[in-house]
Amino acid sequence: MKFPAVKTLIATATFALAAQASAFEQSRTAECIAPANPGGGWDFTCRSVGKVLADLGYISGNVQTVNMPGAGGGVAFAHTISKRGDDSALIVAASTATTTRLAQGQFVGMDLDMVRWVGALGADYGVIAVSKDSPYQTLTELMDALKADPTAVKFGGGSAAGGWDHLKVLIAGRSAGIEKANLPKVKYLAFNGGAEAITQVVGGHIEAFTGDISEAQGFMESGDLKVLAVLSEERLPAPLDGIPTAREQNIEAVAPNWRGFYVPKGVSDEAYQWWVDTMDNVYTSDNWQDVMQKNGLMPFHKTGADFSTFVKGQVDSIKEISTEIGLIK
Amino acid sequence: METLNFLLQGFAVALTPENLMFAAIGAILGTIIGALPGLGPANGVAILIPLAFSLGLPASSALILLTSVYAGAMYGGRISSILLNIPGDEPAMMTCLDGYPMALKGKAAEALAISAIASFIGSLLATVGLVILAPVLAKFALRFGPAEYFALFTLAFATLGGITGKNQVKTVVAACLGLMIATIGVDITTGNQRYTYDILELYEGVDFIIAIVGLFAISELLFFIEMHAGEGFKKVALNKLKLSMKDIIQVLPTSLRGSILGFIAGVLPGAGASLGSFLSYTMEKKVVGKNGTFGEGDPRGVAAPEAGNNAAANGALVPMLTLGVPGSGTTAVLLAMLISLNIQPGPMLFTQNAELVWGVIAALFVGNLILLLLNIPMIGIFVKLLSIPPKYLMPVVTLVASVGIFAISNSPLDLYFMIGFGLLGYLLRKLHIPLVPVILGMLLGPEMEKSLRHALTISDGDWTILWSSGLSVGIWVVAITGLVLPYIVGPVLRRRMAAAQDKEHSIVD
Repeated sequence: MKFPAVKTLIATATFALAAQASAFEQSRTAECIAPANPGGGWDFTCRSVGKVLADLGYISGNVQTVNMPGAGGGVAFAHTISKRGDDSALIVAASTATTTRLAQGQFVGMDLDMVRWVGALGADYGVIAVSKDSPYQTLTELMDALKADPTAVKFGGGSAAGGWDHLKVLIAGRSAGIEKANLPKVKYLAFNGGAEAITQVVGGHIEAFTGDISEAQGFMESGDLKVLAVLSEERLPAPLDGIPTAREQNIEAVAPNWRGFYVPKGVSDEAYQWWVDTMDNVYTSDNWQDVMQKNGLMPFHKTGADFSTFVKGQVDSIKEISTEIGLIK
Repeated sequence: METLNFLLQGFAVALTPENLMFAAIGAILGTIIGALPGLGPANGVAILIPLAFSLGLPASSALILLTSVYAGAMYGGRISSILLNIPGDEPAMMTCLDGYPMALKGKAAEALAISAIASFIGSLLATVGLVILAPVLAKFALRFGPAEYFALFTLAFATLGGITGKNQVKTVVAACLGLMIATIGVDITTGNQRYTYDILELYEGVDFIIAIVGLFAISELLFFIEMHAGEGFKKVALNKLKLSMKDIIQVLPTSLRGSILGFIAGVLPGAGASLGSFLSYTMEKKVVGKNGTFGEGDPRGVAAPEAGNNAAANGALVPMLTLGVPGSGTTAVLLAMLISLNIQPGPMLFTQNAELVWGVIAALFVGNLILLLLNIPMIGIFVKLLSIPPKYLMPVVTLVASVGIFAISNSPLDLYFMIGFGLLGYLLRKLHIPLVPVILGMLLGPEMEKSLRHALTISDGDWTILWSSGLSVGIWVVAITGLVLPYIVGPVLRRRMAAAQDKEHSIVD
């Protein structure tokens, strides 16, 4: 639905460049930096997109994935800015975790304008879930309990305090009408990953889980976890279409954890446009749709100027809420 | 029944040609690593982790490869014990006692064969034990909340020195060092940075795989340089194998008893394989060694510790997989690898990553069979490897380690860190401060801190939550016992171990 709009936008915006864009020739091989150890989400983004790029012939050689862990993406961000400023054969994997850290100033001395944002190729949506024996049946009930007593429900999630999983609770809580002064009092326990947090919820040690749908899906299917709401604009495709959205429950909270890329600031407009067009083509390809299907990635696609605006908006709103709850001063 | 189904599914994973190949490669590498003096199992697995990553193996294959290395190292340890009278790794120490005298009597091949069979029985029974016990414990482990975990981590630290540990203070110093290193990085409970000095590379803390490779492998290299041990070791020649069914039947009861005792020792946190082999040997000596043949080359004296240490090694996987609390140095390294693969050990591992866990367990069965097949007919090849001079071997090991570390992160800083940890490891070993507690401190420290802070968040700062459940009280009691017991039982046990070794030396001299 959004897709043709993006296309039109790009088409008009780049009409003048079209001739040059086709003149740009991408080098034979490309590199994708995954700013984490092998095995994580960014690593997956790089490897799967890299494979599709090579399979479809956009890159005639191969796309090499380089793992560059550190500072939640900060090391790779700094590396891109300082050492690869004009490398047009480089893409770097990013996600909402990147924007969260940028918004909270955790990449010291760096901000989102220091790179160019190419696009997102799918998303993992936020969920709020409780154990199967929990007294809460809907997100509204859960939020009502928090309104009466902000410490009534303790949340567990896989990101650090102030990270994306924590913010989801606060975004939902704010929309549900919890008083501003009470938001910082909502208890959030940071675990090393979604699975560890869910274990504690299922074991009855804490009340609710905040995380991504991909983390919750297995536990939902095994019946251990009851997902109260998914933080997406519309219901997710089957088999997840039984989960109500927060919006249906009159809580305006949408929290996509998108998977996408940025490129160095200094690349030419032609090279940038080449990546934008290529990502558009990758997204619609059967190969990529197949990857999304197999790995539980939900539809989410923005590229070029549209995506840059979206990233800026996300950073601004995270900044706002982080300031409100005192995470940044 | 459910377990059996899972196990069958596991075999389906383990028996794919690819995974079968990884199990075989792992078994061979493990045997070599175990056999070479100085390259223990923890070391071997640590060096291979970065390699498994850079090969881009899927999680199940990587795990199968590395658990096979682990199992293989336990087999390999006995080879140098028997032929060189130098244990290839610490748990193989007790195998020297009767293995070397047997070899001196011209029965080296028999000693190797018997110990291989005993290792097989020990591993097999312990894997069966793992299959039965782990899912039960996994269900039970759901009752572990932050308070219980905090008590459990304290228990792991309290029993670190092990019952045979000599100097509790040095163990504590080492553990504290690990805990201190663990505080570097972003504190996940508040999001604040600690000791990072705006160096981006430090935000996620110090990678424990780098620390492990540095502490163990690099310090080993430094020790080697210092000793100038350029040539291979003198070893006993291998005779032609003459093993009758009767010989095998003779050691069967011993192997069974050793396996059970070893498994129990392995499951307990902190005890580990060394204690497993020691207990098996001493018990067997009490039960069947009355006529004093133990220590002079009794085959049962070879079978007991081998069954014991292999069983303990697999037993140690139980707390590691179900609770995420490693019972020994090597399982700590395996835990580090699981975390690096984004697999969270714990009660949910058995439901969420069922295919993976059961694939690995099935691979243990398969690997064990491969190891038995490898270790009897092909023993000659492994023995030949023992004569490779370390001056060729150590540089190769260092090279593999460095390339592996660099391939994970592409960061030269990590290599400097690795060398730094190597120097630290050298220094600590000179001071006789054990290295395993440093690793466990780094690995468990953040978990322990997190559990404590979570517990206090839940209770609104009320400390009594730490001992408010029967389960946590029970764990505290065990922890305190574990801390105090070495002062009471330790001297006695150590005297006996020393006595046993003195006796052995008197034979050798």
